[in-house]
Amino acid sequence: MLNFLARRLAQIVPTLFFVSVLIFSLQQLLPGDPALVMAGEERDPAVIEQIRRQYRLDQPVPVQYVYWVKGVLTGDFGESLRNKMAVRDLIAQKLPVTLQLASMAILIAFLIGIPAGIVSAVKKGSAWDWGANLFALWGISTPNFWLGIMLIFLFSIELGWLPASGYVPPTENWRASIAATIMPAFVLGNAIAAILMRHTRSAMLQVLESDYVRTARAKGLLERTVILKHAMRNALTPVITLGALELGTLLSGAVLTEQIFSIPGFGKLIVDAVFNRDYAVVQGVVLVTATIYITLNLVADIAYILVNPRLRG
Amino acid sequence: MKPFRLAATAAALLLSLGAASQAQTTLRIGLAEDPDILDPTMARTYVGRIVFSAFCDKLFDIDEKLNIVPQLALSSETDDDGKALVIKLRPGVKFHDGEPFDAEAAKFSIERHLTLSGSFRKPELASVERVEVVDPLTIRLVLKSPFSPLLAQLTDRAGMMVSPKAAKEAGDKFGLRPVCAGPYKFVERVQQDRIVFEKFADYWNKDNVFIDRIVFQPIVDATVRLANLKSGGLDLIERVLATDLKDVRADSRLKVATAIELGYQGVTLNIGKDKAKGPLSQSAKVRQALDLAIDREAINQVVFNGEFQTGNQWINPDHPYYQKAFPVRARNVEKAKALLKEAGVTPPVSVDFLVSKGAETETPAQVIQSMASEAGFDMKIRVTEFATGLKQAEAGDFQAYMLAWSGRVDPDGNSFIFLHSNAPQNYSAWNNAEADKALQEARLVTDPTKRKAIYETLTKLVQEEEPILYLYHRRIIIAHTTKLEGYRQMPDGLVRVIGLKLK
Repeated sequence: MLNFLARRLAQIVPTLFFVSVLIFSLQQLLPGDPALVMAGEERDPAVIEQIRRQYRLDQPVPVQYVYWVKGVLTGDFGESLRNKMAVRDLIAQKLPVTLQLASMAILIAFLIGIPAGIVSAVKKGSAWDWGANLFALWGISTPNFWLGIMLIFLFSIELGWLPASGYVPPTENWRASIAATIMPAFVLGNAIAAILMRHTRSAMLQVLESDYVRTARAKGLLERTVILKHAMRNALTPVITLGALELGTLLSGAVLTEQIFSIPGFGKLIVDAVFNRDYAVVQGVVLVTATIYITLNLVADIAYILVNPRLRG
Repeated sequence: MKPFRLAATAAALLLSLGAASQAQTTLRIGLAEDPDILDPTMARTYVGRIVFSAFCDKLFDIDEKLNIVPQLALSSETDDDGKALVIKLRPGVKFHDGEPFDAEAAKFSIERHLTLSGSFRKPELASVERVEVVDPLTIRLVLKSPFSPLLAQLTDRAGMMVSPKAAKEAGDKFGLRPVCAGPYKFVERVQQDRIVFEKFADYWNKDNVFIDRIVFQPIVDATVRLANLKSGGLDLIERVLATDLKDVRADSRLKVATAIELGYQGVTLNIGKDKAKGPLSQSAKVRQALDLAIDREAINQVVFNGEFQTGNQWINPDHPYYQKAFPVRARNVEKAKALLKEAGVTPPVSVDFLVSKGAETETPAQVIQSMASEAGFDMKIRVTEFATGLKQAEAGDFQAYMLAWSGRVDPDGNSFIFLHSNAPQNYSAWNNAEADKALQEARLVTDPTKRKAIYETLTKLVQEEEPILYLYHRRIIIAHTTKLEGYRQMPDGLVRVIGLKLK
């Protein structure tokens, strides 16, 4: 086990290095000039030249890369071109927001997706099954921005129950915080719930036809016990893995949804940074996101091994 | 013990009720973008200027008729044949950190604009050679040569005064915690989420400040911004879409305040840098033909519900410097075709038409495309994201470029940098000695009548040569709830907070 862990951890370093080179070079392919964008309407050549020098934009790309990596290794992610804030502080500001939104969304997805999947598998062919499938189709095909705006119209303008957009940290006021994030979390969770429902359904159908379930039934166990205790546990393993992967995607920022609800998370940060050619911010955010994703993968791998000793080799 | 606890609880309850009855008033403003750095020396966005007007007073301001009026200054007069500007300062003014605003502080602020590395004010104040302190409340700007737009520059960021103590301590990080002398002082900022200000108790004009706090929230989506206003989450929003105006006007809980912008929307035509040497760059007649093919009023009606104002000059038709002798020409397709024939060009004239992404640019571009096709132009629209388009425009990689300018108070700010042959934003690469001369002369003369006469020459040249087809001027549209009283819209689009009350 220790051996395995050490090997996996050792793999992280080259992976992150590769990611960092990739972000850095892909970014250089973006057309447009960061100094020019930064200048906004005040495009005086002398000032622009000064910005280029100040941020080493006049240096060759490999040199810029070395400076950046040196900084990152000492915990300095550089400074935002647009507002002079340390990228580290920006990330520290946004990460908790994204974490909160992502976990709420995944919770909603599990709460809707799994029961719906189980019911539709158990009552296969019934109106329940039909309804759950319709819901899944709707969830997958509804665009986030449309659903978001519809929810705002219904709950904020017509009913006046929830704020239309904005964010309140839970430390400030947890009720207001939930009120501010419930709609975007639902929009995000709804789409994932649909995917989870489809997977739960097919996994359950497979398990329900297996020998051990037949045996359990033959033993005369209550149908409820068979489904919830015997079938569901096995069926859910792949679904939970899928959920963990979706969580990873959510953590890299839900761009459109954050934009519509004005949630100041990673998605909004990175979109603004790309449009403003704020390279340091893009690099920092992508690196952090990649690290989170890799870590989540590692955790999933470890969990597999704990569950299934055959993988330990 | 028990009675004591009871009494304490009761007292606390009463106190909280008392606090509730004098609840703080908060004005929540929805912005269309997240502003850049809040340092007047390094700031460069329009949206940032809206935020500045809440906390950073300037030496001068403008009124609704574009007259320059004193703010932190009391008066000004030119001296030494226009080569010096003497400014008397308002006494008793304090910065948010309690430091006094005086001649030394004003000198510091202007010198900071002139010397700080990465200052965007440097070009605006380029005419200033040095700043002298005459007495504790008077400064004298010594100029390299007379520069009539200077006073207008001081009504914007170049005229904003910062606390020398705070600025020296913070250096280029000043914008993270700005300290100025405006009606509100900075409390906190969460990037892309909110910027919070509270009333400054020692403000020089505090008797006219009635709201306790101001919170700016960037909400990019115009529909969501409006939804927030309707649901009561915001009190005022900027940049309402012209197409939403009907809806806003129909809502009895909302009010609209508008003004025609100082800037313009137009199409820059590449004259000097066109690599393909297309007919548009080679012949003024072809450019004239394109102009005549466009029905400006139709664009206004079709795309903007008739809310904008058509125009043909770098200033709008209501501006004191507008040249009435050159009115907007009516569409004339026959004449346009004839001009193409005169120029010896066989239609269709293919034009590489660079357009930035966004509904307010793409839709009018499509309307222009279809109008121009009737006169024999094949406008090939090439939509790019703004940063990419800008880079291509700098490189001259276009034949027509749809470009807007947010506008400045003085006509020089709308013309010189785009039309002078050596100017940085002359994307047309238009090179006309007579125009250069007029642009330079207009900077030296202060008398409005004489200046207007000089601009008449320039207008004539631009109308003939057409480096830029000026099309229309957008309407600045602010919507607010009826709870907010006393709001007036200024033509610069900024939100002024003095005199505002919340019911």
